[in-house]
Amino acid sequence: MTTQAAKIIYDEEPGSPPSKISGAQAVMEALVREKAEIIFGYPGGAIMPVYDALYSYQDRITHVMTRHEQGAVHAAQGFARATGAVGVCIATSGPGATNLITGLADAYMDSTPLVCITGQVASPLLGTDAFQETDIIGISLPVTKWNYQVRCADEIPHILSKAFYIARSGRPGPVLVDIAKDAQFAATAPIDKSVAFIRSYQPKPDVNYDLLKEAAALINRSERPFILFGQGVILGKAETEFRRFVEKSGIPAAWTLLGASALDSDHPLNVGMLGMHGNYAPNLLTNACDLLIALGMRFDDRVTGDVKRYAQKAAVIHIDIDASELNKVVTADVPIHGDLKQALPELTHWVEEGTHTEWVNRFAGLYQEERVSVIDPELFPSKPGLTMGEVVRRISERTNGDAIVVTDVGQHQMVAGRYFRFKESKNLITSGGLGTMGFGLPAGIGAKLGRPEKTVITIIGDGGFQMTLQELGTILQTGVALKIVILNNNFLGMVRQWQELFFEGRYSSTEMVNPDFVTIATGYHIKAEKVTRRSQLDRAIDNLLEHDGPCLLEAVVEKEDNVFPMVPAGASVSEVRLT
Amino acid sequence: MKNPYTIVILTENHIGLLHRVVTVFTRLRLNIESIAASESQFEGVHRYTLVIHETEENAQKVVKQLEKQIEVIKASFFREAELIYREIALYKLSMARVLENEKINSVLHQHDARILLIKNEFVIVEKTGTKIETQALYEALEPYEILEFVRSGRVALTPASDEILEAFRHLQRQQDDPLVIEEKRYACTAPSAN
Repeated sequence: MTTQAAKIIYDEEPGSPPSKISGAQAVMEALVREKAEIIFGYPGGAIMPVYDALYSYQDRITHVMTRHEQGAVHAAQGFARATGAVGVCIATSGPGATNLITGLADAYMDSTPLVCITGQVASPLLGTDAFQETDIIGISLPVTKWNYQVRCADEIPHILSKAFYIARSGRPGPVLVDIAKDAQFAATAPIDKSVAFIRSYQPKPDVNYDLLKEAAALINRSERPFILFGQGVILGKAETEFRRFVEKSGIPAAWTLLGASALDSDHPLNVGMLGMHGNYAPNLLTNACDLLIALGMRFDDRVTGDVKRYAQKAAVIHIDIDASELNKVVTADVPIHGDLKQALPELTHWVEEGTHTEWVNRFAGLYQEERVSVIDPELFPSKPGLTMGEVVRRISERTNGDAIVVTDVGQHQMVAGRYFRFKESKNLITSGGLGTMGFGLPAGIGAKLGRPEKTVITIIGDGGFQMTLQELGTILQTGVALKIVILNNNFLGMVRQWQELFFEGRYSSTEMVNPDFVTIATGYHIKAEKVTRRSQLDRAIDNLLEHDGPCLLEAVVEKEDNVFPMVPAGASVSEVRLT
Repeated sequence: MKNPYTIVILTENHIGLLHRVVTVFTRLRLNIESIAASESQFEGVHRYTLVIHETEENAQKVVKQLEKQIEVIKASFFREAELIYREIALYKLSMARVLENEKINSVLHQHDARILLIKNEFVIVEKTGTKIETQALYEALEPYEILEFVRSGRVALTPASDEILEAFRHLQRQQDDPLVIEEKRYACTAPSAN
């Protein structure tokens, strides 16, 4: 098949632009144009022309070779979430492409802008069950915002520019472009193409100002209004506009897991996290408020608990950039399709200055209850074993909250979200909607490469770490100075907690026999330390943070600690339990 | 309460788009009762007509999810009363039975159906109408031994609503927009694989 492909024609005269380039070179040109300076990937047969072209672009594009395509896509996600830019990853056809699916699904759920480029068998072989052929367009369809198969080189500049435009605009999401091998080889004209318009796609809705006025009137009449904010604030780059709205209105605001860090943890009107393991007050008082103002969030079931018994006394204002989120789970009295960056200043303008002292004090009072029965015992434990909370507290204190925290999924994730004191937006990177174990380590690598000036700490459980620990090899090869903290309870802790609470303590396949993590890290020439006692902890965290380079800390924590508060699955948010 | 809803979708004419559209229904576990797809009066724009038997809430949800797809231009749902709709049905009848019973002509006349083809062994009859009407003819023709029967998906126009028309007007207005011309220029020109 490659005999039919046109030969790559290089510059006729040194210095002059080439009249023809290969499709693979066109891919590189598109990446340069989109300022994709760091990309992640793993080579293979059907993507080899792209990797060959990459060889000549090493001065402009840094390619990070991971140890598994899943690592590449999660690293691209971490990069995108830390920088706000589009993450890029490359994989070959067949298994290379299918290994991206978990990351695509994760990015789709969590609205992360990604462009994934996969190689495909040459177009004459499509549909013949060729070696490493798979229908990645069909497979990735339900987990991508858009996908497309390129079969001729001339399409490449346009399609890749379109891919970046779709990934980053509107509600961001992952896009997959599958490129047949002959299209990578074939010659095409170098076209400088920038797509910023698709006639069937309107990423930026026109906000209905009448509805915003209506919303403001509801807010001004409300006695117990309550703001719920999600990642939409961060994705919309509307943190400042959001803070102004909160401060002028004086309304208490609680965040979804992905909304964490959009408002300082220490802001007086930040009343904590929503949802299953969120704070006591925001869960309990959801059923006491008379107005919910939901901003850039989607009423995930982990946030709402039983929807039938959710916010029963409240009118609902819901602003989201994705129209399909409005009235999807919770019916809104004022549903507003819009971009927060545009909508919030207008809403703030119409909202009266307010202080809801008595109402805010109810949150404070319930916080005290939670502090006494849950938070203090977790952060300042008196029992002999280490708790996850004290490790997170210590990291938060030592970094003064100035760090990007990346987590995996499970108990440690909830603890990190609850107890790290965030000071800056985009400082919590976590797999929310999909709940992907194995996300933390590669996402941490991507985040650190995207924000090298920041301290980036991946907090991870012993289970999740072992799902993608091959990426220690990526750390070894790149030297990326990621800090890894394993909170090791030798259990799949969250599942074990559920087994204890809801399955009569039948610990079915949750106890883990673990390797020596320090030896494993050392095998990759990564400095590592293990602590089991409180007296060692502060020093070990200092060592972790002060070391100039990648470093791993294993903290052995209590085996059977539970995360509280908890809204049991299917219960109402007001049935939140402290024990 | 579940009712029949007709969903009209305008999309770009791209490979694989039907797959994307159907996936939206599958995820919500909505059974597609009938489907028809063809090019619209507007070059490059396809029109799908689907019928579901669902709650209005689900019809609304599916339309929003459809509109979220990048290459869907417009999706709307309609109640039965808001539409003019037709299906076409073809009936292949045994010639022997037709010859035995001469009332066939009055049956066809009564049902406003017509004969498309006559062969030694069979007759093919065509009827256009609503499902109730094509079904009524089916029952009336049963004595003539229906050898084969096929009914198309519903096609529908929307006299009660300007929504679809407005979408077309919008496309028309955009026609001369340099951005649209540019987009068309780069639209897929890939030769088919085979």
